[in-house]
Amino acid sequence: MLATGLTWNLRSDVHQLLQFHFMVNAYWAGTIVAVLAGAIGWYMVLRGQAFAGHALSMVAFPGAAAAIWLGISVNFGYFGACIAAAVVIAAVPRANSGQTYSEESAVIGTVQAFALACGVLFVSLYGGFLNSLTGLLFGTFLGISDRQVVTLLVVAAAVLVVLAAVARPLFFATVDSDVAQARGVPVRMLSAVFLVLLGCTAAEVSQITGALLVFALLVMPAASAQQLTARPALGFAITIALAVGITWTGLAVAYFSVYPVGYFVTTIGMACYLLSVAIRYSAAYVTRRAPRRAVA
Amino acid sequence: MSMLAANPFAGIAHMLGHPFLRYAFIAGTGIAIASGLVGYFIVLRQQVFTGDALSHVAFTGALAALAAGINLRIGLYGACILVALLIAALGNRGSGDDTTIGIVFAWILGLGAFFLTIYTTSRSGTAGGTTGINVLFGSIFGLSRAAAQTNAVLSLLVAVAVIGLARPLLFASIDDNVAGARGVPVRALGFALMFLVGVTAAQATQAIGALLLLGLLAAPAGAAQRLTARPFAAMWLSAAIALLSVWTGLSIAYAAPKIPPSFAIVATTTGIYLVSILVTKYARSSRLTTDAPAPVSS
Repeated sequence: MLATGLTWNLRSDVHQLLQFHFMVNAYWAGTIVAVLAGAIGWYMVLRGQAFAGHALSMVAFPGAAAAIWLGISVNFGYFGACIAAAVVIAAVPRANSGQTYSEESAVIGTVQAFALACGVLFVSLYGGFLNSLTGLLFGTFLGISDRQVVTLLVVAAAVLVVLAAVARPLFFATVDSDVAQARGVPVRMLSAVFLVLLGCTAAEVSQITGALLVFALLVMPAASAQQLTARPALGFAITIALAVGITWTGLAVAYFSVYPVGYFVTTIGMACYLLSVAIRYSAAYVTRRAPRRAVA
Repeated sequence: MSMLAANPFAGIAHMLGHPFLRYAFIAGTGIAIASGLVGYFIVLRQQVFTGDALSHVAFTGALAALAAGINLRIGLYGACILVALLIAALGNRGSGDDTTIGIVFAWILGLGAFFLTIYTTSRSGTAGGTTGINVLFGSIFGLSRAAAQTNAVLSLLVAVAVIGLARPLLFASIDDNVAGARGVPVRALGFALMFLVGVTAAQATQAIGALLLLGLLAAPAGAAQRLTARPFAAMWLSAAIALLSVWTGLSIAYAAPKIPPSFAIVATTTGIYLVSILVTKYARSSRLTTDAPAPVSS
């Protein structure tokens, strides 16, 4: 279905794909971003913080728009806005399930709408090029510079090192926060650290998929992997493999077509998810067991 | 700007002398009242997420219609109402697996980008590009007279329907078990509300854009919930705050042409929400002895 533009010799395809420097850069950037999105996304899905991830990725848009308007490096805008938003969300305590009325959803909705509205304002003040606006929102792989790749790599490495350092306690705190707290794990602190990592990731990913579609790369590989296996380490590996695969395929198909890379990334991700759901149900059917629950 | 400052009435008269602003005010008034009323129930039932979902759907629906060469409004209303009813059919209060729902809406938005490209590449010139951006961020100053009138009439119908259903809807929202036991058609009311949300979302998309309609649904209602614990008062207050936000936003955008109207509207309503949070915080901490009133207790 997706390979219609690539029916001829695969070797020449790859050669053609990588003959331009910008495309090589796009692949480097895409790979870095995919590994990061997979790793952080796996924890995000496990922790059920999909909405925090959604809000943080939206914030990337006003950040980048503000940076363009002010004439500073777009990277400052992406990272500054996403990390600031992560700190704000971390400061608001998470809703208790026991309450009848919680304000949390109204606050998140308002913050998200206001952030996007600020993006519109900055674009309008800048006097806006519509093409770059579409790129900010829906992703572009053109014009990724060498410096940008290095920045992406450095930030991704830093995020992954921090994640590796907190991986075990974070997993513990995620799976059973009460027991973890009783055992002396700083649950609240870990939650804040994770949100900042999530913010950095959203900032990185939005440079490839666009601010509106970051969420797809964060959530789709992880959700697919959790359909396929309940074992944490295996699921983690599958998530990263899927994220990289989705990004590589998306970039390749986007190169040969006129449609934005974000569209292909979301569609391939969706296909992966549906496929993994189908695999899970058919496996459950074959073994005549109730479908196994994902790690909860 | 100076004209407004010197003599407010002359300034307002001058402002309303422009047809495009008159149409914006006509449409905006209706949309604000409808969003304020509908939004109150969405916030009360904690279905803000539904509004978020519909904002993705509105974009894709409108651009799918454009790409297919039919009227944008058909796609907009069709997609919004259809998906709103689908959400109502799926969910007890949208409490389904939010990861799954998130995946579906991320994909729908990606699909919207696809339709946007089809539309821009099939039309020559920049018209296609601005249309996509208009759907995302609204174009209330670009409404025609007919569109403004249609909007106002539809909003009025939505508002009348919400007010008519308000009492049973409130009962069902606050305690659906008791309401069901007392013979209130809880499920049918859920469908009716989602239908109205769909219509409102489609309208609000034309005014402030698909990505920002959440602001007009969530913020006025959130502020109203903060300011009063009485349900009907909160409902009216929510509509009033939405109306004030739209009028203020439109005036700001007129006075300062660099500022897009959709930003001015969302910024005003966010500001009102912020003020209401600060005011109630202060009021609560100043009378420490009494219990902080819970907005709604079941």
